[in-house]
Amino acid sequence: MQETDAIAAARREMEICNACRYCEGFCAVFPAVELRREFSAGDLSYLANLCHGCRGCYYACQYSPPHEWGINVPKALAEVRAESYAEYAWPKPLASMFNRNGTVVSLVTALGIALVLFLTMTLNSPGNFFGAHGTAADSFYDVIPLWAMQIVGVLTFGFSLVALAMGVRNFWRDAGPKDSIGPVSIAIALWDVLTLKNLGGAGNGCNDNSEAFSMRRRYLHHAMFYGFLLCFAATTTGFIYHSFLGWPAPYAFISAPVLLGTVGGVLMLVGTIGLTAMKFVDDPIPNVRRLLGGDVALLMLLSMIALTGLFLLAVRATGAMGMAMAIHLGFILAFFVTIPYSKMVHGVYRSAALLRRAIERNMKPLGGE
Amino acid sequence: MPDRTKTYDVLVAGGGNAALCAAITARQAGASVLLVESAPKAFRGGNSRHTRNLRAMHDQPNEVLTDAYKEDEYWDDLLRVTGGNTNEALARMTIRASSGVFGWMKQSGVRFQPSLTGTLNLGRTNAFFLGGGKALVNAYYLTAERLGVEILYDTEVVNMNMEDGFIRSVDITYKGFPETVRAKCVVASSGGFQANLEWMREYWGDAVDNFVIRGTPYNRGRVLKNLLSQGVATIGDPTQFHAVALDARAPKFDGGITTRLDSVPYSVVVNRNGDRFYDEGEDVWPKRYAIWGRLIAQQPGQIAYSICDSKAFPLFMPSVFPAFKADTLEELAAKMKLDPAKVRETVDGFNKAVIPGQTFDNLKLDGNATRGLTPNKTNWARAVDKGPFYGYPLRPGITFTYLSVKVNEKAQVLMDNDQPAGNLFASGEIMSGNILGKGYLAGFGMTIGTVFGRIAGQEAARRARN
Repeated sequence: MQETDAIAAARREMEICNACRYCEGFCAVFPAVELRREFSAGDLSYLANLCHGCRGCYYACQYSPPHEWGINVPKALAEVRAESYAEYAWPKPLASMFNRNGTVVSLVTALGIALVLFLTMTLNSPGNFFGAHGTAADSFYDVIPLWAMQIVGVLTFGFSLVALAMGVRNFWRDAGPKDSIGPVSIAIALWDVLTLKNLGGAGNGCNDNSEAFSMRRRYLHHAMFYGFLLCFAATTTGFIYHSFLGWPAPYAFISAPVLLGTVGGVLMLVGTIGLTAMKFVDDPIPNVRRLLGGDVALLMLLSMIALTGLFLLAVRATGAMGMAMAIHLGFILAFFVTIPYSKMVHGVYRSAALLRRAIERNMKPLGGE
Repeated sequence: MPDRTKTYDVLVAGGGNAALCAAITARQAGASVLLVESAPKAFRGGNSRHTRNLRAMHDQPNEVLTDAYKEDEYWDDLLRVTGGNTNEALARMTIRASSGVFGWMKQSGVRFQPSLTGTLNLGRTNAFFLGGGKALVNAYYLTAERLGVEILYDTEVVNMNMEDGFIRSVDITYKGFPETVRAKCVVASSGGFQANLEWMREYWGDAVDNFVIRGTPYNRGRVLKNLLSQGVATIGDPTQFHAVALDARAPKFDGGITTRLDSVPYSVVVNRNGDRFYDEGEDVWPKRYAIWGRLIAQQPGQIAYSICDSKAFPLFMPSVFPAFKADTLEELAAKMKLDPAKVRETVDGFNKAVIPGQTFDNLKLDGNATRGLTPNKTNWARAVDKGPFYGYPLRPGITFTYLSVKVNEKAQVLMDNDQPAGNLFASGEIMSGNILGKGYLAGFGMTIGTVFGRIAGQEAARRARN
């Protein structure tokens, strides 16, 4: 990480936190702080990505504004986190995607839909594009060939996975040396990721807009995350059905791919819309306003993927199928392309930070007894 | 805006832990309650917002406390720190009650953290609030609001209109405007007077200009002074306060926990003339930090300087202010505006006096001593000779004052004739001198506040509703 104003500000706050330590019970950030006396830019990036932004420490802080020290850890770490996304981006020139990220994600989305829609409409006869295909086997692929879907999907998603891996590698190196990765550490980190244990003041929940605790954010994120995984499972099941079992799509309403996708889509919709709404009612002080655009753009993109997926299911036997599928795939294309250049990266950096925290879990705090 | 037409059952003066415990308890007992807090909402909670734990008796381990901490050990600890300056009946009652407060505290929203790496190794005796004292205060305010306690911020009690030991009405300033409110009973939970520098100046002269007040600037002792002027009995030495050694760069008020410095046992400490003045290694720091405030208050200019070398620097808690650092002692002294030659002479003399061949162990009283110095250092004495050298300026940080109103076991305030006032109760720092007349026991202030807050709230509600 480069030395920036955000790094300097976070360092000042972490030094005060390290002399106080009252928040050590809230989450993984403060025990990690206690292992250090000096905070390199890489350390601060690690701590920033460890922070889930639950705000428990902000409301509990005796030094939060209007105290003259104005300690606001969730905000200070969110600033560093945002800078770290750009810092670790791969390839490097695309780091600028994180400036005005909301605009970038929105534009890519618009382009993705336009492109898929244009190609689909150009390459199909109007009769095929607008025609009702019923639930005949391979009806989807009559409009967009399976090979086209697969090639574009593998290329874009594959590139994104490579870019994410390179970013995590940059992050991992920047945070400095650590012990070797053991299976126990991996298990702990995985548990922390899957349960969002650190999102919400040691099990009491987040402080959304007051000192009162609420599990709202954690549950909404779970709905979105597990909904997303169910959709992913639906796609994978479909792939297995098609490629290995020779059962072509579309599948019946009571079939594994459709059920998984439907439940997943509804959960994603609930999660993304709920989380978006919270952006507007949350206390804005322990947050960074200029990051709102990127956050909301990704949430909207995910919600549109879910919504258009459900819509496609509803109209798949009608003449609207071609249009609905093109739009749905346009959103997915945009999502695949923007994964390494959107808020999605928080998932991998946070997971890596939790893994690092799990690795150093047995180290003793410095100072005191 | 307070409702002046209403006669509240209970008025609570103050907005910290003791006040909130009293207000919530009274409300739960069915009383209508008005809580009057002098601070604005952002700074509510008095010194409770800077606390972290509560000392609690327990006969066996529970989810937040390890091992056992029984009544007699607790009482012995109290007896030791107060030198007998306590009331055994009230003290033992408080100690016993401390084992039973957790259920009520949790119901009222307080969360505890599992016994962790407490900085002063208090996991056996003290239960730590998750997020510290401000989180506790937040939880209590939420509960009080939910139960219907009326709360006024920016509102100070300026006068209790007392007749024959009975409070008829209470004059307040609400956001600067004078008002009078009525209540059948009053609970005084408004803390000590350590933030009232003019009052402190009566005893300490201009030395107060060099004191740091660790906690809230709102504890000005206005209620305490008002009651003292109306024939309420007092207890505790008015000139005395609890003070610790703080980084001299701390803000005048509200610096809280982070300005403390744990460097003394591993340092050579000199006054502004460059002379040592007390055994830095007399005992482990948790048992000694509380006397260093007083020691520094008695030095010229109320300032001292802790000097250590790079061997000692990693051994203590990081401070919020960066240490002065230099490659030579002379440079370090000059940076701290001390006489370099004199500091060199003191440290050289110290280094020569360290008895050679000892084994250093920072985890126990290692007996590493100096010989032939006045005063000697009796533990952790090691030559200060490995640069770079580090220094911190120290000032006395005032935590609380001991002067209190006298109370009985029902939290009733006693008058000069030792008869209880008709409808006045007290809890928290304003009465803690009854039990903790001298010294300091970590987390005991919160215990007194919680136990007496609960008693005061209950008794006031009972009396008001009879």
